[in-house]
Amino acid sequence: MTILTRRSLIGVGAGGLLLSGCDRLSGSAGANAFVAQAEKATYGWQRLIGVGDLAQEFTAADISPVFKANGSTDPQDDAYRRHVDEGFANWRLKIDGLVARPLSLSLADLHRLPARTQITRHDCVEGWSAIGQWSGPPLGPLLKAAGLRPTAKYIVFHCADNYGGALGKGGTQSSGLYYESIDLRDAFHPQTIVAHSMNGAPLTVAHGAPCRMRIERQLGYKHAKYVMRIEAVDSFARLELGKGGYWEDRGYEWYAGI
Amino acid sequence: MASLAEPIGLPAAPVPPGRVYYRHRIVTRVCHWINVLCIGFLIASGLNIFNAHPALYWGKYGADNDDARRWFEIGAMDLPDGTAAGITRVGDVHLTTTGVLGINRAANGQLQQQGFPDWLTFPTNRDLATARRWHFFFAWLFILNGLAYLVYGFATRHLQDDVWPRLRQLSPANIAHDIVRHAKLQFPRGDEDRHYHILQRLAYAGTVFVLLPLMVATGLSMSPGFDAALGGLLPGLFGGRASARSLHFITMDLTVAFIVIHVAMVILAGPINQLRSMITGRYDVGVAKPGERSE
Repeated sequence: MTILTRRSLIGVGAGGLLLSGCDRLSGSAGANAFVAQAEKATYGWQRLIGVGDLAQEFTAADISPVFKANGSTDPQDDAYRRHVDEGFANWRLKIDGLVARPLSLSLADLHRLPARTQITRHDCVEGWSAIGQWSGPPLGPLLKAAGLRPTAKYIVFHCADNYGGALGKGGTQSSGLYYESIDLRDAFHPQTIVAHSMNGAPLTVAHGAPCRMRIERQLGYKHAKYVMRIEAVDSFARLELGKGGYWEDRGYEWYAGI
Repeated sequence: MASLAEPIGLPAAPVPPGRVYYRHRIVTRVCHWINVLCIGFLIASGLNIFNAHPALYWGKYGADNDDARRWFEIGAMDLPDGTAAGITRVGDVHLTTTGVLGINRAANGQLQQQGFPDWLTFPTNRDLATARRWHFFFAWLFILNGLAYLVYGFATRHLQDDVWPRLRQLSPANIAHDIVRHAKLQFPRGDEDRHYHILQRLAYAGTVFVLLPLMVATGLSMSPGFDAALGGLLPGLFGGRASARSLHFITMDLTVAFIVIHVAMVILAGPINQLRSMITGRYDVGVAKPGERSE
């Protein structure tokens, strides 16, 4: 039998008040918009102190025995399935938007370009991390080759995987197609590469075949997999829900340096 | 200043002049309460963030398949009777924590599989995106508030004179004596209570100069942007990012331990007088009981 004392009732009542107060606070659009200002402080501060800095690179001995594949691991989109069946022979990576000379690169073209190989740590927003080796052409020279226009402010990665636009994931207005965007500082960062290989082998489907981005100074969700098109834009407000990425449209920070 | 003794805001009972003194200056008090707010939100939102991957590892990395590196996890296990048990593992020790950790009740009364329960987290439902935003907002406020406190504390010599342990207090005999008196719940009163004794100084100095800076440093170690800015120095200092994440969790545990003891001592030593000193600044040192004293 439970004996309810006056004190325990007051305790439960105060706890309930605290919890419902917390719910009101976390549900308040104004309060959330206010605390979200901290993202600008983090972005500004990290851009201020981190000029041209490289993410730490590791040795082959540090590589995770099993690199966790997260997010989409087997996209079911028909066009993508066909590319997989064809060994990506007819796949093309488009680089367009605010560029003077749009590019269309085959996987063989990507492999022929001078590549950078780096062993880096992948930090997932969830808290786990894994170390892997990535190879591919740096994004900066590709953008230069395409003649990036001065009006371009952001680089958007359009992906082949539909991660779902369900309400549970933040709204039916979105197509559910994965996309991401970065600023030009990250786009021209030497470690920002269009990776076609992982741990010395071509990328597997689970890890984003035929190519995925490596944005080494930010969290994992910025490292878009199954990249089909790289678009230079002056604003990402017109894309999907306007926050600059699939997870950004679902409440996550656009600047994922922390 | 420190000798101010007019009994403002005291109960009607006459208190002899000189017993009440101005213990905490306004900056200390404001910083203290901002800190309470920050730590509260940081812990509650931090537990929500932890729930996204309720496991801890040692080393440079750690994920689902790195069993040998994983030393702590909160999970669930199906039982033969069709129910599930919450299991918390620390090293080789498996604890059944059904109802609180691993398996707990959501707001609608349904049992759910989740690391920490909703009533301990902010927001009170599992929401990594919102928890992160609130965590980083209060992390900024916590750091700025802490820096203001440190600058002010050093400039006014509050930290050097009132908080930093004095050499003569550090004798084993004095520390042992203070521990015994605390165990007997005999708190120093009278003139002796005008200064922090050694256990207070060790607890406060340890928290201000070691524990909380470690919490900030291990937290920043998890930021890929900050890591790159410092060339990998920061997680390296703690044995890698997965280790830094573990230590961030441990410093949180130690902070909770500090808060529990701190609040218990406030209640045992006279909550009205103690709380008033952190609100108005004024503290009644009371009357010393005859007997031996410690530093």
